[in-house]
Amino acid sequence: MIALLQHLLIVPILAPLLVGAIQLFLGERRGARVLFSLASVLVQAAAALTLLYMTTDAMPDIWTEGVGVYAIGSWPAPFGIVLVVDRLAALMLLLTSLVALSSLVYSLAYWDRVAPAFHSLFQFLLMGLNGAFLTGDLFNLFVFFEVLLASSYGLLLHGSGVGRVKASLHYITVNLVASFLFLIGVAMIYGMTGTLNMADLAGRIMLLEPRDRALFESGAAILGVAFLIKAGAWPLNFWLPTTYVAASSPIGAVFSLMTKVGVYAVLRVGTVLASGNEQTSFIDVGLFYGGAATIAYAVVGMLASRQLGRIVSYCVVTSTGLLFMALGLQIDALTGPVILYLVSSVLATSSFFMVNGLAQRTRTHRIREAADIAPPDITYAGFGISQPDPLSPKDEVGIAIPAAMAFLGLAFICCALLVAGLPPLSGFIAKFALLRTAVGHTADAGIGWHAWAFCAALIATGVATMISLTRGGLRLFWTSQGRTTPRLRIIEAGPAAFLILLSMAMTAGIAPVMTYLDSAARSLHSPDVYIRVVNGTREATP
Amino acid sequence: MELVVALAIGVLTACGVWLILRPRTFQVIMGLVLLSYGVNLFIFAMGRLTADRPPILHGQTVEVAQYADPVPQALVLTAIVISFATTALFLVLLLAARGLTGTDHVDGKEPGS
Repeated sequence: MIALLQHLLIVPILAPLLVGAIQLFLGERRGARVLFSLASVLVQAAAALTLLYMTTDAMPDIWTEGVGVYAIGSWPAPFGIVLVVDRLAALMLLLTSLVALSSLVYSLAYWDRVAPAFHSLFQFLLMGLNGAFLTGDLFNLFVFFEVLLASSYGLLLHGSGVGRVKASLHYITVNLVASFLFLIGVAMIYGMTGTLNMADLAGRIMLLEPRDRALFESGAAILGVAFLIKAGAWPLNFWLPTTYVAASSPIGAVFSLMTKVGVYAVLRVGTVLASGNEQTSFIDVGLFYGGAATIAYAVVGMLASRQLGRIVSYCVVTSTGLLFMALGLQIDALTGPVILYLVSSVLATSSFFMVNGLAQRTRTHRIREAADIAPPDITYAGFGISQPDPLSPKDEVGIAIPAAMAFLGLAFICCALLVAGLPPLSGFIAKFALLRTAVGHTADAGIGWHAWAFCAALIATGVATMISLTRGGLRLFWTSQGRTTPRLRIIEAGPAAFLILLSMAMTAGIAPVMTYLDSAARSLHSPDVYIRVVNGTREATP
Repeated sequence: MELVVALAIGVLTACGVWLILRPRTFQVIMGLVLLSYGVNLFIFAMGRLTADRPPILHGQTVEVAQYADPVPQALVLTAIVISFATTALFLVLLLAARGLTGTDHVDGKEPGS
């Protein structure tokens, strides 16, 4: 049993890979595809939960100190590829699988029948996400980024139409350029240090000759720029709102997690680099100003938007900005609340994208007339199979929920409270924890002014979010012109409610959550353990 | 040799960046292709420029300086495959955009229209 558990680390990557590949060959058997997808997501959730449990040091015979490492093919660390899980990675895995589960169930109502490869692409996206969280190697980080981006291109185009194609042109170009920057950064780091393994890298930075240091730091900076593009930091985020609005609503929900992969990469690589030398990390005050500019851009965009989807997209940008501002303060105690805010904002915006998809239906009488209906898909013909009618009336999952408007209104209010950070939901707790820690450090030398600016930005974004969401909500629910009561199915309303309930549960059980997050933050800021465990694979293998 | 490789990378990258900033989708895709060539050469050069040295260790006595660094070569291979696939995808998108919007402008509409 113990021996088997050691292999658990690779399950979040293998499960979606295998399932996604199998689904390509299932042809017209949509039921089987759905079952495979659900099973894969549930397996990932179970694996993530177990990993989360194992990183709390509950099983000292396997891993100690909350860091687990898996050397693929038993090749020891700097030569082979390693997967590493620590508390932050385990948490992100769990978050991914929960968001994926709700988004998948939501898509079963309509979106998964629009094109045959939806389930495969969705699984490959999950594989990329999980791999990016687990990898301990810079080049593999690039590969997993590419896997998730390639699937995201397909998923963004899912449903076709002029809007999606136009948005994809910009999205794909920007992300390809970002990938090139990523490659240049990785190549420069390899050229200077001769290693791509993050743990090995930390040790090599100290051995660098002074004349190589400048080149190494430019490489790290270019890598940082690539991460910032993925995370949607200003001025590299003009593509983001248009793209997220264009994506179909379950895909928008997963995309709101994707920007946070960039934040995760900054945190992960930044803290490892910082252990070699404080000066080489890209987590410094520059990130603070970048975050501030991102927030300014997002707030202006949010106040100018009329469409609810755009407002939510700008909320995603705002949360990225706040995260970077908080990281830029370089207060170690702030990292725990930062992770809490990250989780809470992902839950909120994901759920909001689904609610937005449902709320758009109040504008038209029947789902078939809604604007967001995909044209017939040519890929079905390409695969030589007939397309199932996405809106077939005698569908076993089509049970409508009662009091649709009441549900929509309530879900909207919950999402708004979460995003804006008002009590009583987890958004408030996250923002409050950020505020309290930041205010506690205003007396520190050198960062006092920055900490106050961060508090001001935190409150100002809350106000701006509330104003724009109130306007959006008024237009959506209180203008009676041409509004109809939509038919909401349980499998569409359920996932949105599930994510909101999760954040409610997080509010109720905040004490253990915060303890876990603080220990995750501590282990991030003392990467010695991470480095020792990864380098330990060399001694452990014969 | 260093100068030639450096110039090649520089020219490819400069052309690529210029083309990406052009308004037509075909120019953008050519720019992406050129940029990926530049980046691939750059990765390759990061393994140091050597001639006539094998990348695979051979024999018992190993003098590392006599061998070329195999890792950048493996990385380049991966990068080529990935950029090849994304270029193919981009081509399809380019055609779809042309068909759906009736123009090859990157914004999906002619300026001024």
